[in-house]
Amino acid sequence: MKHHAEYRDPEAAERLLKRIHQSVDPSREYRFMEFCGGHTHAISRFGLHGLLPPNVRLIHGPGCPVCVLPIGRLDMAIALAMKPGVILCCYGDTLRVPGSAGNSLQKARAYGADVRMVYSATEVLTIAEQSPLNEVVFFAIGFETTTPPTAHLLLEIQRRGLNQVSVLCNHVLTTPAIRAILEGPDQGPRLDGLVGPAHVSVVIGSSPYTPLASDFQMPIVIAGFEPLDILQAILMLIHQVNEDRHAVENEYTRAVVPEGNQRALMAMREVFETRESFEWRGLGSIAESGLRIRSSFANWDAESRYDLSYQTVADHKACECAAILRGHKEPLDCKVFGTACTPETPLGACMVSSEGACAAHFTYGRNLRNFR
Amino acid sequence: MKRPIAGAITLAHGAGGRASHQLIQEIFLFHLGNPFLQQGDDGAVLDLLEPDSQGGRWVTATDAHVVTPLEFPGGDIGRLAVNGTINDLAMMGASPRYLTAAFILEEGLSLALLDRVVASMATAAKTAGVPVVAGDTKVVERGKGDGMFITTSGFGLLPAGIQCGGSHAKPGDAVLVSGTLGDHAMALMAERNGLIFDPPLLSDTAALHGLVADILTPRPSAVHVLRDPTRGGVATVLNEIAQQSGVAIEIDESRLPMRPEVTAAAELMGLDPLYLANEGKVIVICEATDADSILLRMREHPLGQQSSQIGQVLASSRPFVEMRTHWGGRRLVDWLTGEVLPRIC
Repeated sequence: MKHHAEYRDPEAAERLLKRIHQSVDPSREYRFMEFCGGHTHAISRFGLHGLLPPNVRLIHGPGCPVCVLPIGRLDMAIALAMKPGVILCCYGDTLRVPGSAGNSLQKARAYGADVRMVYSATEVLTIAEQSPLNEVVFFAIGFETTTPPTAHLLLEIQRRGLNQVSVLCNHVLTTPAIRAILEGPDQGPRLDGLVGPAHVSVVIGSSPYTPLASDFQMPIVIAGFEPLDILQAILMLIHQVNEDRHAVENEYTRAVVPEGNQRALMAMREVFETRESFEWRGLGSIAESGLRIRSSFANWDAESRYDLSYQTVADHKACECAAILRGHKEPLDCKVFGTACTPETPLGACMVSSEGACAAHFTYGRNLRNFR
Repeated sequence: MKRPIAGAITLAHGAGGRASHQLIQEIFLFHLGNPFLQQGDDGAVLDLLEPDSQGGRWVTATDAHVVTPLEFPGGDIGRLAVNGTINDLAMMGASPRYLTAAFILEEGLSLALLDRVVASMATAAKTAGVPVVAGDTKVVERGKGDGMFITTSGFGLLPAGIQCGGSHAKPGDAVLVSGTLGDHAMALMAERNGLIFDPPLLSDTAALHGLVADILTPRPSAVHVLRDPTRGGVATVLNEIAQQSGVAIEIDESRLPMRPEVTAAAELMGLDPLYLANEGKVIVICEATDADSILLRMREHPLGQQSSQIGQVLASSRPFVEMRTHWGGRRLVDWLTGEVLPRIC
């Protein structure tokens, strides 16, 4: 925990905050999006929003893998889980994500499905060993952070020739999603900068962000998930805006290098290929934004093994997630916010995880005295 | 006494015949035996009036216990079942007097394990000075129970003049907690996930009525709320109190007593310690002027050495719980949504 203490030192934070307050130009607004759910979580956990100058606004991006998982993909997992003899393995907070008609893996479990929560992809191998008569499916979700472990799992399944195990792949890619947000319909004030992903960038490196910074003249600072990292990144973004620059800068140098983790990237390339398009809850279909298992691994691809086809299920029509995720609208602009859509019965991506923009506003916004 | 501590529970143990009788004699009565149980009747006869019951009232509470694994570092389901119900009575300000226990056993349960659990229950009951005066056992088929479920009920005597309850918190009151948070839940989670701590992380399961008596003794009217932050943790209990009393509660992150290993494990597993269960801690909401003297008494008790004032009660038109972070930032401490699930991002 010493490692954490170093990046959570309140005195260092105070110094950084002072510099942030001194650096902002009071005559303008700074609208920064933190793409990652991990950043959003740290911001709310440490109460950072209340400490920043009032004209620095943080917009919560779509980088929360459970939030952007579309209803149709959940339905596929629930259908598989309900098959007799199937053990469906997934990461913890995937259990709660709503599919069609308010179903979820948690509810499927209550109806008799064998759904197991795992902390890492390799636990799937242990579960398969312990249940040799069952078919075991790993419901793989996440950005490039969780993709290498799934690649490793598939390589290991292939090596061992384990025919009882397969993977339902829902992995998504970060940079196409950022591009989709920056390209999105221009209905409101634009973003002034982006706090770039921490763990994703450890895998993909910092260089994939360069075209985004130049195409959209967008300052990007890659930051770690500790509160001091985030404050430092915000200060760096403020400087870029003030100096009218738009570079990719790396605050998280202790973990991120320009070329990324080559071994992880190689394993990913060996196992996965890019889908033509993938649907995101709240953002719709985004070209080349998802990964599919290569045909050489088709034996272990749940989509081909169980002959699953993806059915788009439209998000609730009053849901304003797309505009909220892009920072164009506020949660309160949405008709179903707080009525049909609540943390207990989420309809849209922004309400699914406790850090989603709407969930945060639902809990913090209603009560907190200094919330803005 | 020759005792059947080898083998497993069979449906015969639940059929009411010789095997049932033997099980009761050789495990339950052997460990828990007292004059009430030894009567062997369908119920226990209790005196309505006790020497110190003048003006007092009876409090009753019941609590069902399910836990995996049945034995865990620092405790087992038996000890949990005794302490859990005693604590429910203690949180009302009552002095626990009697317990009853109902066991649902799954076919195939190891008799040696049952014997250990009942022995541990007996030790817990003896330590607390509260006898188990009535009980029941049923056996369910294999696959229809998780090894063993235990439900305990308790009776306690509430002396005149004590009135604690979730709706009595008042603006200005101090919020105290009797020690480190999240130990029980984290000890179980570490055990289930094969996480090893050195020294091992232990559940905090304990009977709190002695500590509560010390808290109440000098000036009972100064103590407004007593609650044990079990399921849902401190966050949930404070939200319940805020809602029942129609107040806001502000806590200070830097004053929350936490074991560094619990903080580290929670971080690793993506869990928030404020939502983790405790089985041997009490939250005390009392008049601010009495907070220091109550804290001193709590710290003198073996179960309260790390007691700390963690916050205060504020007037508010809406009930909520807010935490001042280490940084001076603020965040809302919300109700738990669904079950505690680890975060992926």
